[in-house]
Amino acid sequence: MAQIDDFLWTYQNLLASLGVNGLLALSMYVVLAIGQLSLGQAAFMGLGAYASALLTLKLDAPFPAVIAASMLVPAAVALVIGAPTLRLSGVYLALATVSLGEILRVVLVESDLTGGALGLSGIPEKAGLPLIFACLALALVAFTLICRSRIGRAMEAIREDEIAASASGIDLPAYKMAALVASAMLAGLAGALNAHISSFISPNEYGFDAAVTILSFALLGGIGSPFGPVIGAFILTLLPELLRPLHDYRLVVNGLIIVFAVLFMPHGLLVWPIGRIGAKA
Amino acid sequence: MLGQQIINGLVAGSAYALFALGLTLMFGVLGVVNLTYGFYFAVGAYLALLAAGAGAPIALALPLAAILAGLVAVVLDFLLLTRLRRTRAPELASLMVTLGATLFLYSAMSALLGSEIRRFPAGLLDNGAFALGAYRISVGQILIVGTAVLLSLGLVSLMGATRTGLAMRALAENSDASELMGVDTQAIMRRVSFLSGALGGAAGVLIGLEYNAIAPYMGEAMTLKGFAIIILGGLGNIGGALAAGLLVGVLEALTAGYVSSVYKEAVGFLLLVLTLWVRPQGLFGRPGARRA
Repeated sequence: MAQIDDFLWTYQNLLASLGVNGLLALSMYVVLAIGQLSLGQAAFMGLGAYASALLTLKLDAPFPAVIAASMLVPAAVALVIGAPTLRLSGVYLALATVSLGEILRVVLVESDLTGGALGLSGIPEKAGLPLIFACLALALVAFTLICRSRIGRAMEAIREDEIAASASGIDLPAYKMAALVASAMLAGLAGALNAHISSFISPNEYGFDAAVTILSFALLGGIGSPFGPVIGAFILTLLPELLRPLHDYRLVVNGLIIVFAVLFMPHGLLVWPIGRIGAKA
Repeated sequence: MLGQQIINGLVAGSAYALFALGLTLMFGVLGVVNLTYGFYFAVGAYLALLAAGAGAPIALALPLAAILAGLVAVVLDFLLLTRLRRTRAPELASLMVTLGATLFLYSAMSALLGSEIRRFPAGLLDNGAFALGAYRISVGQILIVGTAVLLSLGLVSLMGATRTGLAMRALAENSDASELMGVDTQAIMRRVSFLSGALGGAAGVLIGLEYNAIAPYMGEAMTLKGFAIIILGGLGNIGGALAAGLLVGVLEALTAGYVSSVYKEAVGFLLLVLTLWVRPQGLFGRPGARRA
């Protein structure tokens, strides 16, 4: 037992990042699963992190309410961003969400309420490893069930061919909006959990680099099933730790690995889709 | 004050317009969200710095940097995207591969060259300025606007009046159909890569001159801004990209002058979000048709 405690204590930060990044990868997965691309996952995460940290620090709100708010705030923003862009081709959503990230960064740096460029510190550690991994497990189970259902079939149809899906009676705008909102909520949750375990947040954590990293989790793992993105997140979270001896050239190698992974496995590592209820093999 | 702000904004805006031009060309014809585009911007600036350090005048350093940046673009496009095009990989795979490449390229660049901000040697440009009534326009600013005007006129006439331009437009419309009509799509793609890399590189030199600051990651922020500009202008719309570049430059200068220099960075993106609500196809774009 003592050894396990020792291990948990030494690697607590790494384990927490595994869980948080797994959640972020799933939040990316929801959008990719219907063939859309959001580069605003980091911004949604930041919104959740800041909303939750401010509620905890300034209002001393109860933790469940804080968690709820951390999901509602990004959801509201997703509605505002999604309404005009989801009617257009996928590129528009991607670039509008990039804009969201940049606007958020500038506002966070300028605003006194959010502590400016220094960010917020001294956030109490209310989220532990059990809570983080419980959320991840819950999200994985939920997505697996959704994948196996009628909704999952509709999502796959949209991803493969929007026009054909629409002609088969799938309500495209509703599905796209629901996916974006669900993804924003999940990212917000991940942000709140992360803020309440690392005790410190700053605007730079939620920039374009972070958005790109989250996307690479999902694409490396593959979006055939919800497990792919989570595996991708685990690999890409552990990789920099393993490459630490390389110092300055760490990102160089990290980048090369992504390039080769995509060139030789364009569909991701995990390509097997999940079987469906009632499906005939 | 106001007039001077607008002039400065137009100068920065014309460099933005040039950058956006290359990006919209690459996106419009090759159909790939290529994130390495910002790297050509930084490469151009560093190459010009290198040439200027070796004693080359700006009249030599600028075209040299642009041409070399264009060649880098051709090589990178070949290495990263040919395989994906041949296997008809999903669209997101090409975005992802350029993403990994950007990570690799930027970090390799800062590991090799150092991440500190570099400046052009003093005396590269004449320090003089022309007075236009109450306003001042520096030699550097004239160089920026002049280069931008020259290159965009060149590109517009290339696209509109030559066979290569016609082939490029055909490729933008439908690459399979144009190949069936006898267009050598590989060759055209190489030319498009070269042109957009060169435009990006030239824009890097010009922005480097305007702010006199060059750093490996300068291309990253610029790529994001560039994407905002080409959507504002309507995707693939060359005139729109030019106009939107100028507009964003002027609005940024006005925000920096009257509101705050930090909010300046958000202006383009704010404008984009507002525009998407009112005119989703971009300020100058035509609504696209959905096709199977």
